[in-house]
Amino acid sequence: MKKHTEPLLSVRDLNFKFTLRGQVLHALRDISLDVYPGESLAIVGESGSGKSVFVKCLMGLNDLNGYVESGSIEYGGKDLTLLKTDSDWKDIRGSRIAMVLQDPMTSLNPLKTIGWQIEEAVRLHQGLKGAEAKKAVYSILEEVGISEPERRAKQYPHEFSGGMRQRVVIAIAMACRPEILICDEPTTALDVTIQAQILGLIRQMQKKYNLTTIYITHDLGVVANVADRIAVMYAGEIVEVGTSDEVFYDPRHPYTWALLSSLPQLGVKGEPLYSIEGTPPNLFHEVKGDAFAPRNPKALKIDYVKRPPMFAVTATHSARTWLIDPRAPKVDPPEHILALRERGKDLVAKAAAEGTALYGASAPEEETGAAASAAVNEENGSAKGVTARG
Amino acid sequence: MAEKAAETRKKMLEVDHISVHFGRKRHPFVAVDDVSFDIYQGETFGLVGESGSGKTTIGRAIIRANTLASGEIRLDGKRISGRLSQAEDRQVTRDVQMIFQDPMDSLNERAKVGYIVAEGLYAPGRHVSEEERRRLVDKALLDVGLLPEFSSRFPHEFSGGQRQRIGIARALVLSPKFIVADEPISALDVSIRAQVLNLLSALQKERGLTYLFIAHDLSVVRFICDRIAVIHKGHIVELAESEQLFAHPLHPYTRALLSAIPQPDPIVERNKKLLIYDPSCHDYSVDKPVWEEIEEGHFILANQKELAEYRKMIN
Repeated sequence: MKKHTEPLLSVRDLNFKFTLRGQVLHALRDISLDVYPGESLAIVGESGSGKSVFVKCLMGLNDLNGYVESGSIEYGGKDLTLLKTDSDWKDIRGSRIAMVLQDPMTSLNPLKTIGWQIEEAVRLHQGLKGAEAKKAVYSILEEVGISEPERRAKQYPHEFSGGMRQRVVIAIAMACRPEILICDEPTTALDVTIQAQILGLIRQMQKKYNLTTIYITHDLGVVANVADRIAVMYAGEIVEVGTSDEVFYDPRHPYTWALLSSLPQLGVKGEPLYSIEGTPPNLFHEVKGDAFAPRNPKALKIDYVKRPPMFAVTATHSARTWLIDPRAPKVDPPEHILALRERGKDLVAKAAAEGTALYGASAPEEETGAAASAAVNEENGSAKGVTARG
Repeated sequence: MAEKAAETRKKMLEVDHISVHFGRKRHPFVAVDDVSFDIYQGETFGLVGESGSGKTTIGRAIIRANTLASGEIRLDGKRISGRLSQAEDRQVTRDVQMIFQDPMDSLNERAKVGYIVAEGLYAPGRHVSEEERRRLVDKALLDVGLLPEFSSRFPHEFSGGQRQRIGIARALVLSPKFIVADEPISALDVSIRAQVLNLLSALQKERGLTYLFIAHDLSVVRFICDRIAVIHKGHIVELAESEQLFAHPLHPYTRALLSAIPQPDPIVERNKKLLIYDPSCHDYSVDKPVWEEIEEGHFILANQKELAEYRKMIN
C-alpha cells in the first residue's frame, strides 16, 4: 500500500439540514472527510453531535425531512448526494456499504429465524439459491463464531444472547460482501467482556475481506482499540481529525482535551473529575463563532465572533480551533493531556517529522529505515494484523 | 493495626448469606447464591459483574423489592429483610433509597418534577405540611445543582444529565443514610458522566452518605469506589480494596474482566492481551470452594488447591 492512497470515499463541505415544524435544524455543518481503503476510521462525539446523521448520509437512510443543502459525497465515481430514490441507492446500500446497528434486538426481525434473515442477504447480494444459499449461511455463521450453525440457523433471535445476536447482525452485514462496513455503536448494549470479543470479530472480518470500517462511538476506550484514524465531532462539525496516535497523544482542540480529561480512567481518585459544564448548542439556531466556546473556560475572544477554519497540524492531523493560529496566545492543555502527550512523545515526533500518514497503520508501511519507526510498525502489525494481505 | 481500623469502622449494611430465587418453588432459578458482604459507614462499595450476574438483584433485595429465599440483610444492626412491622418498613424506605440506571425511563413522563421529587414525602404516615414539602423539594433540587423553579416543569424538558440529577434529588429528599446506585451513569453521555460522578462524591462528603454502586464498567468503579466486589453468576468471586483488586487480581474471572476494560490509550490497547474466563477451569467436584480472606481485606472464592496457587501469586 502506498502512503498516499486515493481515498475510497470523499466527503466535501457537506451541509445537511432537517426541517421540523417550520424550523430548520442544521445537523451537519461543512463536513469534509476522506475515507481510505482498508483503514478503520472512528467518529467520536456525544449524542446530538451529528455522527449518526453523517453515516446515514452515506447510506441514504436519513428521515425524509432531511436534505443535503450543499456539498458532495464522492464514492465509486458517483456523487451520493444526488441519489434520491430507493432504486438509486440499490447498488450502494447493503451491497457496497453495510451497517451494524447498536441494539441487536431491534435490528433483527423477531418473527423470522436467523437462518432466514441471513439467507435473505445471501440471495439478494450474492445471487445464490436453495441448497447453495443454505451452505453459504452455515459457513458465514461459523465464520462469525457461532458453533453448530445448522441447529442455530433454525432458531429465532430471542434464543440468542446479546453478544450472539450482534454476531448474527455482523453475519448479515458480511453476507452482502460490502466494501465499507459502518458500525454504529456496535458494542454499547453489550458487556465489557463480550464487547472485546465483538470488536475482535469485526477486526478479524476487516482483515479477511480487506474491509474499510467506520465506527461510531462515544467510548474513547473502544476508539483506542479499533481506530487507525479518528474524527471528533461536536455540534454538527468535525472539530479534530487525525491518526489515532495524534488525537490521543497530541490533541489540539479544547473539546478533545475536555473529552479525554473527563474519562474516569485518567482521573485521580478522591479528586473531582474534570467535567464539561453546560450543554451542546441548539442547532436550530445559527451557531456563532466556535461552537464549543461557551463551554470552554479558556475560550478566546475571537471564538465568540468568528468561526475557526480547519488548521492543519500535520499532513494527517487538523483541528478547527483558533489556538493553532500563529497569532493565538499560548494556552496549555490540561495536565492529563500533557501526561498523555508524554507517553506518546516518540509517536508524535515521528508523525510530525515524517509529515506523513500513519493511516496505513493496519497495512505494512514501506520500511523507512529508522529503527524507531520499525518498532512502531511491528507493534501495529502484531495487533491490527495485515489488511493488505487479506 | 489495619484490622483494628477496620473493626472501628462502623458496619452500615450487612448482607448475610443471602440467596434470591425466581420462578417456581420446585425448580427455582437461583439468581443470587449465598452472598455475604459488609458495607462500612461512609464508604462507596462497588458491585461489578456482567448482565445476568445478579448484581441488580442484590440491589433490589436491599431496597426490599426482591424477597430473599434465605439469609438476612441488616442496616445498622437491625434486620431489614423479610417481614417487618409497618413502622419499621417505613423507616427502611426512608433510610435506603435508590438511583436508577436510565433517567429516560425512571421518571414519570406525566408528572411534574416537583411531584416526582416529592413523591416519597406523600407516602402515608408522613405528616409533612405543604410548606415544608416545598421547602424540602427546593432544597433537594438545589443540592443536586438544579433550580427550584424547575419543579413546575416536566421531565421531557430536561437533558439526560439533568434528568439523572432529578433522580438523585428524588432519592435525597427523604435524607437517606444509604443509597443504592444502579448503573447511575451508564446511560449518560461521556461529557455528562463526569458531572454526575462529581455530584455523587460531593454529596457523599457533605452528608456522609454510604453508597452501593452497581456497575459493569470497571474503570468507573475504580475511580469512585473504596472497595469492590466482583460477582459472577450469582456468586461473589472476589472482594478487595479497589487498588488492591486492580494491582493483584487473583480470580480468573476478575482478571478476564480487567483485561477487557478498554483503555483510552492506543499503545496500551495495541499491546493488550485479552483473557477469556472459562468456568470449567475450576474443578470443584471434590474440593469445594470456600470464601476465604487471602490477605488483609482481600477475599476470594476458591478451593484449597487454588488458594495455595493464589497465595504464591501474592508473594
